[in-house]
Amino acid sequence: MVAEVWPGVDPSWSRFVDVPSTSLPDPAGSSHRWHLLDNADELAARGAKPAGTLLCVHGNPTWSYLWRTLLAAASVADRPWRVVAVDQLDMGFSARTGVFRRLEDRITDLGDLTAELGITGPVVTVGHDWGGVISLGWATRHRSQLAAVVLNNTAVHPAGFAVPAPLQLALHPGVHQWGTTTTAAFLRVTHALAHPALAKDVRAAFMAPYRTAARRQGVGNFVADIPAGESHPSWGTLAEVADSIRTLDVPALLLWGPKDPVFSDRYLRDLMDRLPQADVHRFEGAGHLLPEDRDVATPIFSWVEKNADRDGDRADDRAGRHPAAPADRADWGLAHDQPGTACGFRPMLAALDERRTDSAAAVVDMAPLGAVRSTGPRTLSWAQLAERVDQLASGLDSIGVKAGDRVSLLVPPGIELTSLIYASLRLGAVIVVADAGLGAAGMSRAIKGAGPAYLIGIERALLGARLYGWPGIRISAAPLGAVRRRLLGVAHTVPELLSAGRDAQRTGSVDPGISNGAGVSIDPRVPSGPIPASGTSAPTVRPIDPDADAAVLFTSGSTGPAKGVVYTHRQLSAMRDTLKNTYNLQPGTSLVAGFAPFALLGPALGATSVTPDMDVTAPATLTAAALADAAAAVQATTVFASPAALVNVLATASVLTLAQRQSLAQVQLLLSAGAPIPEPLLSRVQKLVPAASLHTPYGMTEALPVTDISLEEIRAAGPGNGVCVGTPVPGALVAISAIRPDGSVAAEPSTSPGITGEILVSAAHVKDRYDRLWITQDHSVSIPGWHRTGDVGHLDDAGRLWVEGRLSHILATAAGVRTPVAAEQLAETVDGVGRAAVVGVGPAGAQAAVAIIETVPAASTPALASPKLAGEVRTAVVAGTAAGAGTAAGAGTAAGSAARAGTPGSAAAAAYPGAGMDLAAVLIIPSMPTDIRHNSKIDRTALAAWATTALSGGKMRRP
Amino acid sequence: MSQTRTVLVTGASGLLGRAVAQLLIDKGYALRTFQRRPPGLQTESGPAEFVQGSVTDGEAVTRAVAGVDAVIHLAAKVSFTGDWSDFAATNIEGTRGLLAAAKAIGVRDFVFVSSPSVAHFGASIVGASAGPADPDRARGNYARSKATAELLALAEDSPAFRVTAIRPHIVWGPGDTQLVERVVERARSGRLPVLDHGAALIDTIYIDNAASAIVRGLERMDHAHGQALVVTNGQPRPVGELITGICAAAGAGSPTWSVPGWLARGAGSVIERAWSLAGKRGWVRDEPPMTRFLAEQLTTAHWFDQRHTREVLDWEPAVSVDEGLQRLGAHYHA
Repeated sequence: MVAEVWPGVDPSWSRFVDVPSTSLPDPAGSSHRWHLLDNADELAARGAKPAGTLLCVHGNPTWSYLWRTLLAAASVADRPWRVVAVDQLDMGFSARTGVFRRLEDRITDLGDLTAELGITGPVVTVGHDWGGVISLGWATRHRSQLAAVVLNNTAVHPAGFAVPAPLQLALHPGVHQWGTTTTAAFLRVTHALAHPALAKDVRAAFMAPYRTAARRQGVGNFVADIPAGESHPSWGTLAEVADSIRTLDVPALLLWGPKDPVFSDRYLRDLMDRLPQADVHRFEGAGHLLPEDRDVATPIFSWVEKNADRDGDRADDRAGRHPAAPADRADWGLAHDQPGTACGFRPMLAALDERRTDSAAAVVDMAPLGAVRSTGPRTLSWAQLAERVDQLASGLDSIGVKAGDRVSLLVPPGIELTSLIYASLRLGAVIVVADAGLGAAGMSRAIKGAGPAYLIGIERALLGARLYGWPGIRISAAPLGAVRRRLLGVAHTVPELLSAGRDAQRTGSVDPGISNGAGVSIDPRVPSGPIPASGTSAPTVRPIDPDADAAVLFTSGSTGPAKGVVYTHRQLSAMRDTLKNTYNLQPGTSLVAGFAPFALLGPALGATSVTPDMDVTAPATLTAAALADAAAAVQATTVFASPAALVNVLATASVLTLAQRQSLAQVQLLLSAGAPIPEPLLSRVQKLVPAASLHTPYGMTEALPVTDISLEEIRAAGPGNGVCVGTPVPGALVAISAIRPDGSVAAEPSTSPGITGEILVSAAHVKDRYDRLWITQDHSVSIPGWHRTGDVGHLDDAGRLWVEGRLSHILATAAGVRTPVAAEQLAETVDGVGRAAVVGVGPAGAQAAVAIIETVPAASTPALASPKLAGEVRTAVVAGTAAGAGTAAGAGTAAGSAARAGTPGSAAAAAYPGAGMDLAAVLIIPSMPTDIRHNSKIDRTALAAWATTALSGGKMRRP
Repeated sequence: MSQTRTVLVTGASGLLGRAVAQLLIDKGYALRTFQRRPPGLQTESGPAEFVQGSVTDGEAVTRAVAGVDAVIHLAAKVSFTGDWSDFAATNIEGTRGLLAAAKAIGVRDFVFVSSPSVAHFGASIVGASAGPADPDRARGNYARSKATAELLALAEDSPAFRVTAIRPHIVWGPGDTQLVERVVERARSGRLPVLDHGAALIDTIYIDNAASAIVRGLERMDHAHGQALVVTNGQPRPVGELITGICAAAGAGSPTWSVPGWLARGAGSVIERAWSLAGKRGWVRDEPPMTRFLAEQLTTAHWFDQRHTREVLDWEPAVSVDEGLQRLGAHYHA
């Protein structure tokens, strides 16, 4: 027992053990005293039999203190694990051996310790920093005991990468002794890497075993043992560990803090390559001292329970990478022969292959990339598009792009992006589509998180790649001069790829190992064999594994960092088929692609698509004239747009010529996607496209679309608690998991009307998983068979879904759980009020409801609303939300006219029986904080934080 | 009620004491009041029984408690300023004497009317429940003395002598001299500033709700004894909006000038000290226009989680803030 108090450590965990050494530098018969944090006694006292042992190995210059949260969490678990967190020899409070211990010795030391402790198994190794390598060394040499490996910010590569710059400095002879041992500089610098900064007492605890230079000798030796080159004595062992982990057949979990100046994302990617079975979670914003920055204990034990608990109930329940359909979809009234399921996989390129001799227009750019404005539209026929895709695929193949490689495409929607997408898919490469709608910082995080092997971009994107250090071999979409090329670090250009592809096709030198040299499709309906296409030889076609990754798309990141969402080929195809079936999109359909995600699908649908002259990532740049011209170019029957785009179209409609109006009059279907659209706005759009059926799908990056509603159906639904988004699209199931009064969600999917809860989706086109976000993924599939959307809503008697807001935006008031959307819509009915957001301030369960509004005209500074305005808003909300609308518990939540007619709400818990939502305050702000992509999703989480400060008497800054 | 209980209300000449006494009469309790002035309360059978005297007078206290079943103790020295010895004598020693006398003659239930300020230490209170009273940290002589008295009272709680502490937070209504009259009087003379932006969210309780909560404390003694319960309307409002609402109801102009909160807090300290000195010399009798305590109250959020209170008391406030303001308006325009 060490006679010091360390915050977060139960003194009973601290113990010493004398361990006979078999390490080579020690004389025979040596023994060393180790210090451990070990909860064995605590578990024994409780009479609990551990499921196994977590063997936790710290790095340099920390000690077992780093793992205190694991000990704390293990000890209170229902099915506890023993946690043994070691202080390595010469480190922490373990013995100072006086011998320079190298990597090989440290792995041996750890084996000596586990032998002495009699640890048999199952063992989960947990390592951080250079402790990761040592833990893996132990793992590869104790395979029979090993159940799983867990790693935090570490590296094992001996080759391929240089030693990170900060460590090079630490290794420099002029710096090393002084920086690591003589002074505590290395310790202090390491401790300073925490986000947020370590508390003073925690910092002191980390420093406790290293207070004198003599006690820091191990810190210096550790740094000196980093194998900077092949001549280093520890090189061999490191190489051995790095190679042999490839043969580990146990589950692996990699938890990573990306803001690590030493163990950056590239070491994560290296580990993922060596441990392809690994579940990965990147904690955006966290850094090197990940166990200090974030709660790693909860996810580690949750993962261990699912992956490494050999005897536990859930031993075989592997974290649900594939959101399975409900056990029996027939129970949910759904036939098995839905689109996109195993029986009918049709590759994304099938339509393009079928039409490879067709001279009809396939894709049209109204404002071609890199062209002078006056050059006019650019059109590719199906034959030309197929040829271009094939050439690009061959070109990408020639520079080494392999199946499974991630290719980041930073090119605006249009012919160029479409060609690159289908060329990548043809190769089995995984497209990474991070659009400018995420904002510069969001895009940077997204690309770094996805870690593409290749990055294809316009010049602006390449500049970003250079500035922010985005990973991937850089390929320019356009030709580049030698100077810029060097400056931007560009390896290839798209014109070069096309030319290489042409050459390869002409000479037939396409890598025969990858290409079968023939237009083979695994779909029997597509003719196979060589197809002559515009005088070139056969295209490069690889058989596609339907269940391999196809694409990484990103959520809009309106609350927190954008999340990568992975789709397989099967799921992407299912998305295409769902759109096709929902909206009857046939070959021969011609569509205006004014909404980015759908712009990609034209060639897959066999539909002619035109990209209007707009910045598709800035929806509000679409003018009525640009829309009409695009429609005229392809005699469009279908328009895909976003609400923001439609607002601008209406605002610019007065300048339309008769011819332009006539083009729009041909449109038969208009989809407004991306965000809800108010009925009055849609009605005005209807006047512009009189022949069109107006539809708004509801969905999300993880599942698109989920439901659909037409303008007529919106009118029929009338007002209610939330936004009516219609009924599920063919092949999709929607269920509701009720919210409990404390705000938590019950794991009981239901389709009963009138229950407010989290919206669940099951469909073949739901995402495969979140990318490198294991915790997020695990949560999203935690109700078996369903994807948890994080949205809140209810179903009505007619089976229609009403969206009431985000789960994270619900108000847990003393009067029960309330959803914000209905109250917001009511507030917006007050004269002089623009957009409104209703948030809760205060602790969950006792929150006060606060309305935050934009005024018309906009206010210049945030302020308390005048008593008159506050009164009007309060009256509108109280009256409208009375009798049940806006409440989440109990009966009477069925929205719409029934609720309006006076069905009693959850009055029992209300402040005043039968009363509606009581707004504590009404605050005015100049404008709502919204996401960049849609300019419509209000960041209520940020608003709630702002309102909390403003209403607690703090300064009223801008939100 | 099979047998009419006799309840002693102390401090029934004040706004809240009077409302409590009236409610007890309305609910059919036998009432006795105890205060320094005749309260002028009427029952169906004539003037309500009362004992005239001070809680610091032991003999008067003994007379007051004689033969009663329960005590609701509201009598207190309430002021933002004043000497500690005055607060201690009335609020601490007066409570101690009353507790002893009541216990001695076999009173069963004792409701101590307290104040949330006994557990308010200057920081904002955002949706919190009632914390323990702490005389060492409470701000100002009033809060400190009430904190000590509350601890004394709750320490006496036992199955034979049940004690609860009810803490109404900022009571207002027609006839209120503590908040409403001051606000209105200052607004009329143009001396009422809004501190900061007036957005600090505060809980209040309309007079009728406060009275009913206190009586519920007695009626629900089975559940409430041994506890301190904050009672509010459960409708926090920005302080600026409340003050404007009160001014509007009274027909006084709204505050038009704004003072930064830090300045008011600083100035409050200075004014408080100057007022105290001037008071000792007999130059002033009024309360100071601003005290540090008041400035803090007006610039920091303090609103409460009422779920536990409502469950224990099985009580809902009957008059909303808006309804209360309407009644206030009717009172001023009558």
